[in-house]
Amino acid sequence: MAFDKIQLKDIEVWDGNHAAAQAMRQCQIDVVAAYPITPSTPIVEGYAKFLADGYIEGEFVMVESEHAAMSGCIGAAAAGGRVATATSSQGFALMVETLYQASGMRLPIVLNLVNRALAAPLNVNGDHSDMYLGRDSGWIQLNAYCPQNAYDLNLIAFKVSEDHEIRLPCMVHQDGFMTSHTAQGVYTLSDDAAYGFVGEYKPMNDMLDFEHPVTHGVQTEEDWHFEHKARQHNDLMVKVMPKIQAAFDDFEKLTGRKYNIVEKYDMDDADVCVVCMGSSVETAREVATEMRAKGIKAGVVGLRVIRPFPFFEIADALKSVKAIAALDRSSPNGAPGMLFNEIAGALFNTDTKALLSGYVYGLGGRDLTKAHLVSLFTELQANVDAGKVTTSLQQFIGVRGPKLSFL
Amino acid sequence: MLEIRWHSRAGQGAVTGAKGLADVISTTGKHVQAFAFYGSAKRGAAMTAFNRVDDKVIMNHEKYMEPDFVFVIDPALVYTSDVTVNHKENTIYIITTHLSTDELVASQPKLAGKKVYTVDCIKIAQETIGKAIPNTPMLGAFMKVSGMYDIEFFKESMKRILGKLPQKIIDANMFAIQRAFDEVK
Repeated sequence: MAFDKIQLKDIEVWDGNHAAAQAMRQCQIDVVAAYPITPSTPIVEGYAKFLADGYIEGEFVMVESEHAAMSGCIGAAAAGGRVATATSSQGFALMVETLYQASGMRLPIVLNLVNRALAAPLNVNGDHSDMYLGRDSGWIQLNAYCPQNAYDLNLIAFKVSEDHEIRLPCMVHQDGFMTSHTAQGVYTLSDDAAYGFVGEYKPMNDMLDFEHPVTHGVQTEEDWHFEHKARQHNDLMVKVMPKIQAAFDDFEKLTGRKYNIVEKYDMDDADVCVVCMGSSVETAREVATEMRAKGIKAGVVGLRVIRPFPFFEIADALKSVKAIAALDRSSPNGAPGMLFNEIAGALFNTDTKALLSGYVYGLGGRDLTKAHLVSLFTELQANVDAGKVTTSLQQFIGVRGPKLSFL
Repeated sequence: MLEIRWHSRAGQGAVTGAKGLADVISTTGKHVQAFAFYGSAKRGAAMTAFNRVDDKVIMNHEKYMEPDFVFVIDPALVYTSDVTVNHKENTIYIITTHLSTDELVASQPKLAGKKVYTVDCIKIAQETIGKAIPNTPMLGAFMKVSGMYDIEFFKESMKRILGKLPQKIIDANMFAIQRAFDEVK
């Protein structure tokens, strides 16, 4: 092929953005249409540089907005290309209309969503507001906790998304700045091994296959719309998880790195646990270990797959624990947090008597400190000791001013 | 766990310095983390960057840090920022200044009783690299104060990291690192 390879060290010190850009290079994306926005900019900048330097055979399409970026990706994917892009926050919000087009047209696009707060007030830092905004859009959503995950999950995303039984777009999430701009050691794959894992892209129903003409982006009214949506939902509910599991298994065979749909840490005998996403999962793991030294049997559950929601896997992970904290890094704006609700739903018809409380934290990049987590685990243990939730069901962690609690 | 906080102005190379240091340390088998607080990054605005180093994988992603070392690469930040915030009893400070250590401590009483080293990274950078980019000299000073690595090993490693720059710039950075190593007090 007409491009050069890069000889990587076994361990490279990369931030999450660069890890994602390297994975996109190794997957040999045909088309990236992008409109850069902080903190995801270095991903598409990285792809553009690799392309300009002759390390990729592809097209970088500069567009006038994120709406156009995703529209360009949809066109290129419908034509039959391997397609990816990246965005954050306001840019993602502008993409929302086209996200539903991508998933409804069954186009396997990979979107690196580097999570950032939504205005107003304007804020460039990391929280999960944009990630939550996308959760009904019909995309698969994978969640990275660190730069290593951002690299690995990009490779896995293409493999799952492009499977002919799936053909659904996939977001790879990483925390703005806390992962995207934090450099850590990343174990790499050689260019050949990475490309071998993802495999050559085999388009399906591609518009450039003139022997088999197809129509994309059709109109269906009440005659067929529901059937299309139901079938898409069916595939998300039934087909995606086994394919993700198979991709995780293959990835473990190749690299030794094991991913799980729900990531359990010290949960076998845990009395109390937090459920969270993003870089907080790793910080919580460190604190859980420290709590055990203090006599509190703490565990952590992290979601690796957000959509489809791992309903049974999360119920199984939480079946023996006595108190659970659901940590949402997005303002629910008039409701319990998403994780609180999803976990409550997953546990409702089970035998568990676990105490469930919700916490909103880290908005606009506000630090989740180890000290916050120590207090949280201690509070959960107090709930266990009292046999009931001793606080309001929804509390805020780390916000200044009078203590806020609801429900 | 070894933790370092950099005080810098946006554009002085603290992020590049922190990432470069992480890269060098990573090649010796240790686990590293390098990150920064940007705020709404404007050239010249005060900012902080951070390094963590450990023998095991670093799970901690909190931004809060009680540093073992504080690097100050812009002389005025000693007066306009609190470079001692969240300090430990044995935190070591390496500060860019044209003052002697005694003069510096006299001018900023918060540093009294603390382990303070001084070196003029700005002047060294201007005289070697030709620009006030004080990040690599600070790392030379750090090698001297911490004794972390042999200076020749460190310079060889930095040559690889600076690899894409013109040879003249790489050579100038090597002089800068060596001068700060020799001059830090």
